[in-house]
Amino acid sequence: MSLLEVKKLTKYFGGLSAVSNVNLELKSNELVGLIGPNGAGKTTLFNLLTGVYQPSEGTIDIENDGKKESVVGKKTYTITDMGFGRTFQNIRLFKDLTVLDNVLIAMHSKSKVGTLKSILRLPSYYASEEKMKQEAIELLKIFSLENKISELAKNLPYGEQRRLEIVRALATKPKVLFLDEPAAGMNPQETADLTALIRQIQKDFKMTILLIEHDMSLVMNVCERIYVLEYGRMIAHGTPEEIKANDQVIKAYLGGE
Amino acid sequence: MKLVNKTNIGWLILAIATFLILQLAVSTGLISAYYEITLVTILINVILAVGLNLIIGFSGQFSLGHAGFMAIGAYTAGIISKYFPHYGGLFLGIIGGIILTSIVALIVGVPTLRLKGDYLAIATLGVAEIIRITIVNMQNVTNGAAGLSGIPYLAKWPLVYVFAVLTVLIVVNYTRSSPGRATIAIREDEIAAESMGINTTKYKTIAFVLGAATAAVGGALHASYFSVIRPGDFTFNKSIDILIIVVFGGIGSVTGSIIAAIVLGILNVFLQPFGSLRMIIYALALIVIMIFKPSGLLGNKEFTISGLLHLFGRKSTIKEEGKK
Repeated sequence: MSLLEVKKLTKYFGGLSAVSNVNLELKSNELVGLIGPNGAGKTTLFNLLTGVYQPSEGTIDIENDGKKESVVGKKTYTITDMGFGRTFQNIRLFKDLTVLDNVLIAMHSKSKVGTLKSILRLPSYYASEEKMKQEAIELLKIFSLENKISELAKNLPYGEQRRLEIVRALATKPKVLFLDEPAAGMNPQETADLTALIRQIQKDFKMTILLIEHDMSLVMNVCERIYVLEYGRMIAHGTPEEIKANDQVIKAYLGGE
Repeated sequence: MKLVNKTNIGWLILAIATFLILQLAVSTGLISAYYEITLVTILINVILAVGLNLIIGFSGQFSLGHAGFMAIGAYTAGIISKYFPHYGGLFLGIIGGIILTSIVALIVGVPTLRLKGDYLAIATLGVAEIIRITIVNMQNVTNGAAGLSGIPYLAKWPLVYVFAVLTVLIVVNYTRSSPGRATIAIREDEIAAESMGINTTKYKTIAFVLGAATAAVGGALHASYFSVIRPGDFTFNKSIDILIIVVFGGIGSVTGSIIAAIVLGILNVFLQPFGSLRMIIYALALIVIMIFKPSGLLGNKEFTISGLLHLFGRKSTIKEEGKK
């Protein structure tokens, strides 16, 4: 049984179909890539999956305790609660807050700390706050950001901001992690580090990852399967070797007959 | 992190010391009956501004209806304490005001806070006016435009002081907790906050209702201290007055709001002899400060005891180094 199942997903903006008739499937602990030229609809597809946009047609189902649950029509925060974590193409950290606060915010919805308990500062408040902090620091340690916990997010170097975004997404305890162009703007060394990092996340967290990426070396290196999107249509799907040899993909990327 | 730590004890000592100094000043006649009015006005403004800052500075929503919520609190407490002219009546009035205000805030907040953008400003602007007009027209309950007089004078300045401290404590506790962080995340980036699993409508509403409830407390104390309230006390101008304190002190800074309420309160006293020129000088002072410090007195930073100690520590080390 697949963890995430997308069928005949379509989104119209006015008369234009940004995503049309897309089928996609993710199995547990899989690392899958999603590539395509600029404007192919990759980010739109992400936004549909995470409830930022509502699909015009089609279904999105996630497996939850052996049962299929539809996420269509649900609010973004409910979808996050159901196990969809994401990062953004143009980094959207809480810039004026500290690194630690960024992670703690992501942990809030699962922590179930009530408003009244917080205002009255009951003893259990301190206990849960302490526990959350410990967990956040543990997570930051894995990504070697533990020395920067009281730094403001906006003051981090670019590569670390990208990493913090991944930490923040993981702090929501997702089943599927959507990474939207995590290597955008990185130099080759940073990209190589990121490649190792993504592999490590998949292994250590037993995470299912869907990766949007322009950087071909990254996608071809880490992904087990690749989907190719062009003009909102899924034109190819297969292993990296199959994708490299696919005529339609070569045409979409290099042009030609 | 524990309840008993250096910072909390520091604030506790500061609160008690301020109280004792004020008590001494009042009992020795240094603060005359006339200046006591200024003191209470400042304290009530602290309550109102800190509450409004929770809405504007922490959840990032813009409310222009603070005077309306204040009016509900003032009239509820006024009417109830006229029936029961003792402290029990006053507290019942304050609680009644909080409940009524929270209900009104929920009715306004739930539909408008679902939207992204500044819809709350327009809705609250209208609601404050609706509240005022309703009070004017409920002749047999509120005595209409003439206002309510003879409200028992129960909220003496120490009581107002205690409520001001409590309000600040509640707001600070909220903003420095997990739900508070969720609220601040909405201000920072609503889409990202939602993608992190935060129910944005819920936390915007909590902050808005909590802010409105503090306005009710401020209004109730105003009614009880001054004994007379009129619908004219709670116009749009009053909302703007409080907004000025928040902006002046720094949006998102609780201590900034407190300092601004004190500074503007004292400034008002000094401008008293200037008569009608007063408002012009007041406005000019605000403009000058806004030019030189556009983010307000404290920006979004907080005045902290540890920061103060740090500052003194740095100064003393500089001195010591100088000696060498």
